[in-house]
Amino acid sequence: MYGHKVKLRFLFIFVALTILALTTFLILKSLEENVIYFQSPSDIKTLNNVKKEKIRIGGMVKESSIEIRNNEVNFIITDLNNELNVSYSGVIPNLFSEGKGVVAEGYLKDKNFFVATKILAKHDENYMPPEVKEALQEK
Amino acid sequence: MINLIGYYSLIIGLVISLSIVFLSIKNLRNSEKFDQRITVSIVTQFFLVVVSFFSLILSFINSDFSNETVFNNSHTTEPLFYKITGTWGNHEGSLLLWLLVLTLYLLIFLFRSKSQPKDYKIFTTLFQQIIVIGFFIFLIKTSNPFNYIYPTPNEGLGLNPILQDPALAIHPPILYLGYVGTSIIFSSVLGAICADQVSREWASHIKKWAVTSWIFLTFGILLGSIWAYYELGWGGFWFWDPVENISLMPWLALVTLIHCITVFEKRLILSSWVIVLSISTFTLSMCGTFLVRSGILNSIHTFANDPERGLYILIFLFTLIFLSILIFIFFFKNEKKELGSIYWMSKETSILVNNWFMMYFLSVVLLGTTYPIFLEVITSDKISVGPPFYHKLILPFLIPFLIAMAIGPKLKWIKSNLKNKINLILFFIISFLISFLIMSTIKVKFLFNTILLSSAFYLFFVSLKDFFKNKINNFSQNIAHFGFSLLILSILFNNFLSKEVITNLKIGESFQSKDLKISFESLNQNTISNYESLVGKFNIENSKGDTEILYPELRIYNQPNIVTSEADIKISLWSDKFMTMNYVNNQEYFNIRYQTKPFMIWIWISTLIITIGGFTSLLKKRHEN
Repeated sequence: MYGHKVKLRFLFIFVALTILALTTFLILKSLEENVIYFQSPSDIKTLNNVKKEKIRIGGMVKESSIEIRNNEVNFIITDLNNELNVSYSGVIPNLFSEGKGVVAEGYLKDKNFFVATKILAKHDENYMPPEVKEALQEK
Repeated sequence: MINLIGYYSLIIGLVISLSIVFLSIKNLRNSEKFDQRITVSIVTQFFLVVVSFFSLILSFINSDFSNETVFNNSHTTEPLFYKITGTWGNHEGSLLLWLLVLTLYLLIFLFRSKSQPKDYKIFTTLFQQIIVIGFFIFLIKTSNPFNYIYPTPNEGLGLNPILQDPALAIHPPILYLGYVGTSIIFSSVLGAICADQVSREWASHIKKWAVTSWIFLTFGILLGSIWAYYELGWGGFWFWDPVENISLMPWLALVTLIHCITVFEKRLILSSWVIVLSISTFTLSMCGTFLVRSGILNSIHTFANDPERGLYILIFLFTLIFLSILIFIFFFKNEKKELGSIYWMSKETSILVNNWFMMYFLSVVLLGTTYPIFLEVITSDKISVGPPFYHKLILPFLIPFLIAMAIGPKLKWIKSNLKNKINLILFFIISFLISFLIMSTIKVKFLFNTILLSSAFYLFFVSLKDFFKNKINNFSQNIAHFGFSLLILSILFNNFLSKEVITNLKIGESFQSKDLKISFESLNQNTISNYESLVGKFNIENSKGDTEILYPELRIYNQPNIVTSEADIKISLWSDKFMTMNYVNNQEYFNIRYQTKPFMIWIWISTLIITIGGFTSLLKKRHEN
């Protein structure tokens, strides 16, 4: 009924669409798995259970909370409502200091303790990540 | 005074734009010959933008703080070099630079296409002018670089110290030459559709533009990457940062276009595909500008958060996309009989398959970069997408991609059989054995990495061997593919073999592990024109007893008051030794990061080799003409 060429073309379109659907599915699936959520210390307090996912915490480094040793730094992130203790070993950006905004990436141990694997560098002393600004404004 | 000259040059430039549009439309209707008044107007327009740009540079050199842009981004104690480069180290100035390149390219286009048909030239000019007008209005209305401040301040706020670096001083102009080069491809493809000139001659004419912008873009990305390595102290070459991704997207589209346009040039097939790619390269460059300039992405490139600017670019972008789609649908006549059908075993099929892979990589990067933005708009969840996402989705597909890159160029056009099959299989076995031996000493994710490494070695050997053939079919392709294999190999080894130590030390303390000992010996303080410098002296001793002394530096800038780290890097052919020192406020401790990065320099070298491939293709074309 249909010519050879038409059949081939249908086959081609079918294969192309299948591949397209598969790749979209693959990309969206791995997006879901690899996404890192951003939260404030207050968000953490309202959590029901502590998940083992990597997250980002944003807020301000509490005044005179930085304690430094050879292999780690401890400090407190606050959004002026709630606080979270952070322990970190790794590269400390130059702009990391008390009373300034900070974003830490890592895992929650419990609702009061966070183990950071990365502190995000910022490049400008006036710069406050919008997430932090919002978290600070919300209070 | 200078400010006024700069400002009014822009206004007159805009008026000339309108007159060019008018002249072009008139010329299109009436005469057979290209109206020379258009050329004159374009030269004048370019001249005016140059005047405007130089008056801004002059204001920066003179530290004329009555100009708002200068006030915000300059300081009297800065060295002259950084006063000048500060011109494009900010939102307004960099847009003026963008406009300058836009008009420069149109000028070059006119002079380089004297022999092209008249209608095609006029249409291209017309579309390019639409973009130019868009940027003129954007500049004058939302980001005027010549705003006055009264009373005149005595001192400026200073250029962000992180931008006070030679690599970054030339990074924006080079990158822009790449980005904006795609605008000519965009205008030209629309021009060619309207003038019904989508032909072989057009393809070889526009391919040069594609290759040229691709070379600049590659080089610009390279500079940015090197800068992030030593100045930001990121200690690597690529971080899947949204801003990096944004420059990668037009790059991928350009590579795809260059390959695809070669097929079109030879066989006159895939014409719609060429058109779609040409339009998307420019669209992606514009999207990049939009995302970076609107402040949606948080990064060093976000000079100012201004919703009005973002909205303007967004509207402008959608107008352009809409316009180009309309033209493509209604004016593109694909009457020319496409020659024959496609056999699966041919050069064009292999290029097409590689094109699909490139499109896949592009969509991964695109989705990973934009997904967080959409998600925040829809659900107000704030998220970020990290490197594991990209690695997981890109690395497995790199294996067939690399193998196809090795075999594809061996195939002939139209229909071919693979010759020297035994040779190709032999090469694969050799690559596999080598990778197997190497990986068994390293032991990380053994199976997957062995296969990935073998496919990279495979491309390496096959393209290396081709250099020694008597008759090289396509020298530039061979260089570029060889460079790419070298790049992947260096990246893989760099990843497998890098080592890192991070610790906090006081002066006089030392860090000891079983491989090495790092001693913080002393700290020297100096005052230099616009910053205080703290240079640490570190002695590093490895288990074999070899010692190395590294001097990482901290700079405390006076205006704005920012601390930056300057990495000290001992570069050698096989391995970089990299050290940064960071400062923790009000503490005696310094945060030290020491890395050994094998084959780091080869990542930069191989990228240069890839661009050399592009250069030789430009030279060859000129030679043949």
